[in-house]
Amino acid sequence: MGLTMTQKILAAHAGLDTVVPGQLIRADLDMVLANDITGPVSINAFEGAGFDKVFDKSRISLVMDHFTPNKDIKSAEQCKQCRAFARRFDIDNFYDVGSMGIEHALLPEKGLVAPGEAIIGADSHTCTYGALGAFSTGVGSTDLAAGIATGQAWFKIPEAIRFELKGKLGDYVSGKDVILHIIGMIGVDGALYKSMEFTGEGLASLSMEDRLCIANMAIEAGAKNGIFMVDDITKAYVKDRIDRPYKTFAPDEDAVYERVIEIDLSKIHPTVSYPHLPENAKTIEEAVQDDIAIDQVVIGSCTNGRLSDMKAAADILKGKKIADGVRGIIIPATQQVYKDCIRLGYIDTFIDAGCIVSTPTCGPCLGGHMGILAEGERCVATTNRNFVGRMGHTKSEVYLASPAVAAASAIKGKIADPADLQGGNQ
Amino acid sequence: MKANGKVHKYGSNVDTDVIIPARYLNTQDEKELASHCMVDIDPDFVSKVKPGDIMVAEENFGCGSSREHAPIAIKASGISCVIASTFARIFYRNAINIGLPILESKEASERIQDGDQVSIDFETGTIVNETRGETYQALPFPDFIKDIMDKGGLLASLKGAEK
Ligand code: SF4
Repeated sequence: MGLTMTQKILAAHAGLDTVVPGQLIRADLDMVLANDITGPVSINAFEGAGFDKVFDKSRISLVMDHFTPNKDIKSAEQCKQCRAFARRFDIDNFYDVGSMGIEHALLPEKGLVAPGEAIIGADSHTCTYGALGAFSTGVGSTDLAAGIATGQAWFKIPEAIRFELKGKLGDYVSGKDVILHIIGMIGVDGALYKSMEFTGEGLASLSMEDRLCIANMAIEAGAKNGIFMVDDITKAYVKDRIDRPYKTFAPDEDAVYERVIEIDLSKIHPTVSYPHLPENAKTIEEAVQDDIAIDQVVIGSCTNGRLSDMKAAADILKGKKIADGVRGIIIPATQQVYKDCIRLGYIDTFIDAGCIVSTPTCGPCLGGHMGILAEGERCVATTNRNFVGRMGHTKSEVYLASPAVAAASAIKGKIADPADLQGGNQ
Repeated sequence: MKANGKVHKYGSNVDTDVIIPARYLNTQDEKELASHCMVDIDPDFVSKVKPGDIMVAEENFGCGSSREHAPIAIKASGISCVIASTFARIFYRNAINIGLPILESKEASERIQDGDQVSIDFETGTIVNETRGETYQALPFPDFIKDIMDKGGLLASLKGAEK
């Protein structure tokens, strides 16, 4: 029986020739990740069990990104504990204020994850690295503690849904719209426990940043992981970042999929997910009809805080002002993205438009800091979750959208179609 | 490793909030957690359950939050194994990581009734319903998962292996 991409990667990391769905295996890991929230819990479990060695100091990443620069005493204590652990074991990939970025933007950018590798992280959006053709998934604190100690984790071999992509994205349509559209179609448990595998000729029109955004939100469809076929675009992305050898895995021709869903990229509209679930997806045309006034816009996060996202926002905001009464918060996801934004003049554009620009942080994405919503307020955010209370008050609302839609909405003061801004606004 | 006990049967989508309600999460004490196990769907469970008993449910057992307290409460209440048609992903990981044996078998989940006497051979994955004279097959655990069960959890088993 043929294997899917995910099944092949897991089999290879378990030293097995073949695997079947449902089988339990123990696999070697190439990278183990924690952040300033989950790191301390894993460190406590690691130390509580009496471990005094880490498996490989070059294959552990600790990223201080959620509540940093520290927003209060408790978060400062958590970072302090991670810092002490990193020092004690001489962890190579410890990213503190000054070098840190949002973990799922940072690891691919730094070349810490490669095609064909197996990665776990104590963070549910660890599935992002599937964009590179890696297997990566989120786990709990006990799993991560074991990973730090042994470099291994156990997995149950998942089935997969195959998304066969064709066509090309239209104007103002991005990876974010693709994944919101898919989640709207299959629901927040549509891929429960399974892999989402992305293949087909349509891949050629998806940039690496589109793919990172799509894989990032696989968890929002309940998936264990999302993964893309490796192609020339992947190879070009990793070329100057990774000098270690890596392997690529393509699905077998007779691979067995639970189902195959065909997606015509040219038919996807800019998409907005309404409160309070990512599956509440509507096209931008429907959203504009609904005439939804907003108080805040957030452009950033591990979903949409990369350079192409900043460019999409800057192209729309250039020479314009955001609406009175709207707070525009823009957060480049890493120091590199931040520097590129300065170099390309995007920061000037953002500030001149009336937005603020912050140092990299998760910040408002999880209702941490840097833009919490009050009761009754509405935000258009390029983040990945719009659950009740996710960005602040339980009676506030988050609408998920792409950077282009978010920027256009900031200008209009209500949810807006970037295509409608053309003409008089150039 | 074997189990043999009386069955406590539940339906689909038993979530972590009914396994151990959030209002009891202010403790890590296993006995205390066990004393509130299943209270919101089966208030008599705590008084009925005997060491070695088996819990059987239908689809998506353990859905909801990622709290490790849920499998801990079930294990500490004396349950020797949970059988379900399917489990929620994080509950499945957590149960194994804290050393609570769990098996997936659609047939067992459909056929077994509340109060049946059931025995399980973890070596082979065979489930015998002594009350009905039926046998069902689940995928057996590989050795390393058996080891986690024997040692009482993932970190304990790894610590044991290191020595
Ligand atoms: S940006 Fe948001 S979703 Fe991404 S890692 Fe940070 S808190 Fe999680």
